Amino acid sequence: MKLTGAQILVEELVNQGVDTIFGYPGGQVLNIYDELYKNAHRIRHVLTAHEQGAVHAADGYARVMDRPGVVIATSGPGATNLVTGIANAYLDSVPLIAITGNVSTSLLGRDSFQEVDIVGITQPIVKHNYIVRDVKNLEQTLKEAFVIANTGRKGPVLIDIPKSVQVSEADYSNNVKICVKSSEARRTCDLTTAINAIAESKKPFIYCGGGVISAGAQEQIIELSKKLSAPIGLSMMGISAIPYSYDLNLGMCGMHGRYASSAAQAEADLIIAAGVRFSDRATGNTSEYTKGCTVIHIDIDASEIGKNVSPQIGLCGDIKEVLTQLLSRIPERKNQEWLDMVTKFKEKEAVEPNDEFTPRNIIGLINSSFAKDTVVATDVGQHQMWTIQYYKFEQPRRLLTSGGLGTMGFGMGAAIGGCIANGRKPTVLITSDGSFGMNLTELATAVSQELPLVIVLLNNGVLGMVRQWQTLFYDKRYSQTTLQRKTDFPLLARAFGAEGYAAESLADLEDIVGNRLNRKGPCLIDCKINIDEKVLPFIPPGGSIKDIVLH
Amino acid sequence: MIGKFTVSVIVSNHFGVLNRVSGLYAKRNYNIDSLAVGETENPAYSRITIVSTGDDYMKEQVVRQLEKLHDVKKVVLLDPENSVGVEHMLIKLKAEGEAKADISQLINDYGGSVMDFSSDFITAEITGSSKKIDSFIEAARPLGILELCRSGLIAMIQGTKNIMSVANLDPEE
Repeated sequence: MKLTGAQILVEELVNQGVDTIFGYPGGQVLNIYDELYKNAHRIRHVLTAHEQGAVHAADGYARVMDRPGVVIATSGPGATNLVTGIANAYLDSVPLIAITGNVSTSLLGRDSFQEVDIVGITQPIVKHNYIVRDVKNLEQTLKEAFVIANTGRKGPVLIDIPKSVQVSEADYSNNVKICVKSSEARRTCDLTTAINAIAESKKPFIYCGGGVISAGAQEQIIELSKKLSAPIGLSMMGISAIPYSYDLNLGMCGMHGRYASSAAQAEADLIIAAGVRFSDRATGNTSEYTKGCTVIHIDIDASEIGKNVSPQIGLCGDIKEVLTQLLSRIPERKNQEWLDMVTKFKEKEAVEPNDEFTPRNIIGLINSSFAKDTVVATDVGQHQMWTIQYYKFEQPRRLLTSGGLGTMGFGMGAAIGGCIANGRKPTVLITSDGSFGMNLTELATAVSQELPLVIVLLNNGVLGMVRQWQTLFYDKRYSQTTLQRKTDFPLLARAFGAEGYAAESLADLEDIVGNRLNRKGPCLIDCKINIDEKVLPFIPPGGSIKDIVLH
Repeated sequence: MIGKFTVSVIVSNHFGVLNRVSGLYAKRNYNIDSLAVGETENPAYSRITIVSTGDDYMKEQVVRQLEKLHDVKKVVLLDPENSVGVEHMLIKLKAEGEAKADISQLINDYGGSVMDFSSDFITAEITGSSKKIDSFIEAARPLGILELCRSGLIAMIQGTKNIMSVANLDPEE
């Protein structure tokens, strides 16, 4: 069957099970959008206000759905507007298919109108990318792209399709062979040394990252934890991997992690690290981090083992498979002494409850107002850390946060994609005046899509995280972090066609949220918080548990 | 331990692949001392030989990161004890009057050949180990080098094995 390139694209998207895509039309994707018009009954296209919103939405959608998110943008500025979002997906290993139009092949390389070398631009931030110069290769390329994005360590794949390829015809057989190499060759799973190390350990600690969520290995981790009496610490990407309510889940460790988690990690004589990459934000000083302790590192990506921390034992493979094998070969070892010590660490975290309008109480109230399966997105900065510290995630794939890249402005797009992926159920975005300012234009999308999005804006009038560093390390020289914007956020929300409220107390917030539940369309709740609220605990960069600042 | 090491990389023979490989080196902050590339016996593949300077950490990371590239089919870290390597150089030397005889002698001593000459210069081709080429350059320097061009090392594993059949070689193995 002869089809045009644009038709092949749509057919293959449908063939891959894609029913929702995010994007923004433009000159070099007109043919693709014409096919999308004709196929609106098969693929729903979500039009955003800016391509960056679209790519973050596709990212959020992918995180919730556990399958590739798809974004389409035109050539030139459309394509370059995707760059931050692609880098974000790359650093958080999110499967993403980015499709860009480009000028016709005869015009390539001539600095034609809206021409950029997006394959060159995105090369360091994609798992792979393609420019399709011949329509005959389009079907195979698309099929390969989905496999690459969604297997092994997942990640973004970009496909640049020149206009001439969109209009040319080729056979579409749905029967072409693809050539994607497997990452199996690198897999090493010598469990004996790992089993011995576990048998010798007196204070085992499990450190889980986003890889545990990708592998769907939550059950295996909890089984391991129970079998060994091992507490679990989480990286930021691993936050929703283990239910908050599991008693040995100590939460995030590292720079802004919980005290118990970092303390147990520092005290441990064995760290079983699964699906983490030992980011500098998580480890601080790496030699202190691993002092007097054996590290078993399990990861699907061989290059991660030994990249930031040199483990004594590296197990490369699918975490679920590795853990399943490991679990079948290790006996149960109750270790009350270690559990008692962990309990003591937890006791040290206890705080007196109060009813002040603080980030902790705001997030606590939001948490108790929404269902357990609610998707919660964040932007980047203090509010992100507070969300991670105080929100009690019970299910994986319900937190959408920019881990590796730390992208301010991620939240609006991600919340839109996450809300759509979660059946358009009520969705929360916890953001701040700084981050929200970056991509607030996506309010327009939340309104046009009638998404029940509750935007909780922690408004302190400053760029709080940077200000916190300026307070601690730059002698309170608040260079360019005091905003003085006078933005009326509730009014702004109403101007976009959303609802806007201001809350000054927990009682206000409770009323607003109560009234909002089960209503269509987005709303914004402006919560004024104290300018000097800090994220604590805090382990300074390059430091260790010894340097932790608790109050 | 910091030292020079050589990796052989078999890649798909299409546009942009060299850029991906060299871009990976740049992005990961690895240096490239020399790089040579050309088609293999199978026109579907090209072979890239890259010489770098770095420690054991870098050696291991280079191989593992390269292996992740979709267009990279095989990466082998060459063991200097079990591989053969050669480099080519074209060198243009000032050759006026009596110097001419010295230069001809030097080229002869290194088993080189004269590719081009006139009354005031000689262009020679020298082939051999990188060390041999370094030593020729040092010997020729006093005579006056007009310009030179090195190919970068090309190298292979000793014995009958084809690179595609070699197991992945980690630095510690």
